[in-house]
Amino acid sequence: MDTRTETASARTLVLDVPGWPGHLAGQHVDVRLTAADGYTAQRSYSIASPADGDHLELLVQLVPGGEVSPYLVEGFSIGDAVEIRGPIGGWFVWNPATSGEPVLLVGGGSGIAPLMAMVRARRAAASRTPFRLVYSVRAPDQVIYADELVRQSADGLDVTLVHTRLAPPGSTRPAGRIGVEDLGRPTGSAPDCFVCGPTGFVESVADMLVGLGHDPARIRTERFGPSGG
Amino acid sequence: MAPFTPGFLGRDRSADTTLPPGQYLTHDFPVLSAGPTPRIPLDRWEFTVMTEAGVVRRWSWAELLALPSETPTVDLHCVTKWSKLSTDWEGVSLDTLLGDVDTAADYALVRSYGGYTTNLPLEDLLDGKAWIAYRYDGEELPSEHGGPARLLIPHLYLWKSAKWVRGIELLIEDEPGFWESLGYHNYGDPWREQRYQGD
Repeated sequence: MDTRTETASARTLVLDVPGWPGHLAGQHVDVRLTAADGYTAQRSYSIASPADGDHLELLVQLVPGGEVSPYLVEGFSIGDAVEIRGPIGGWFVWNPATSGEPVLLVGGGSGIAPLMAMVRARRAAASRTPFRLVYSVRAPDQVIYADELVRQSADGLDVTLVHTRLAPPGSTRPAGRIGVEDLGRPTGSAPDCFVCGPTGFVESVADMLVGLGHDPARIRTERFGPSGG
Repeated sequence: MAPFTPGFLGRDRSADTTLPPGQYLTHDFPVLSAGPTPRIPLDRWEFTVMTEAGVVRRWSWAELLALPSETPTVDLHCVTKWSKLSTDWEGVSLDTLLGDVDTAADYALVRSYGGYTTNLPLEDLLDGKAWIAYRYDGEELPSEHGGPARLLIPHLYLWKSAKWVRGIELLIEDEPGFWESLGYHNYGDPWREQRYQGD
């Protein structure tokens, strides 16, 4: 395996999983760690890569005081083996082969991971499906996948960054929580919506989307709490 | 046994005896659901039980609250690995709601406002094991945790405790619910770690 530092507190684990059966963009895996006395701890992590043979990328956000993420972010070494189970989850998924509807992705913090799998699956499939990503971060240095998102923008991905605490210099949008003006009403062909992030973020965004007239049946959510560590 | 993970120590395990395998203790109350939180006005809320013969019983919100309630203190175990111990609820026992329903069914399919479903054997709803809960920790049940009322069935993983519950269908044949159709275990006993299909 290999790793990449994404931000000060987020790391990508690049895994080689022999015999991996493949997955849909949006699915997750269970990672299991085993201590020397046989004790095990498991956590779920979203897969950030599209299906690509035995290659898997997981995004791990450091949860201070957590049991598993500090180990994966700071203690794990290249070449170490880790137990993986999956893919898991068949609801929060986007499949370029079966879905032609426009897509609205709304991510908060490390909730970008399964959405990035969808963005990457779109590119891998050379899909022309209209994609819009609204990505909420605290500050400019918290943007995970920043360079890749810029590159994908040239490929028809519409990216809106929402800074909640600190906006970049010259930004026309002052720092503040995500609001209805960041999301937009469904126009023309209404999108399938995927919302992922911390509980409060997802709860608030899903409510706003319903309020804007999006069909609740076309809003799929994935949440993680502060105890996800 | 799995290979050791080099350098992984894990948490202090001295107080772990009360947790099912693979679970960790949390003191907050995480929220997990597959879509937006439905908001149901109480004057339009109802809970129904439909038998395999198509006979329907209905309770309005006022009728539900008029039934004798219980105040179970139970442990919650979520398939996403967190457990929360000694949670306080108030609700109506399914024994009360199903007590005089005439049925030969062995299975139940629980339906929620918003379209969620989950299935379980009927016997798991009976004998003091399940409630329609409408108060949590001394307060009205918040909508993000399933209010106005949710099923509470603490001996199974929490996805079986359907939020925003609207009714139960009694069935002769088992019928998989939402997560049960998407790779999760059909029964979901946390003590046997029945998380996914094949466990």
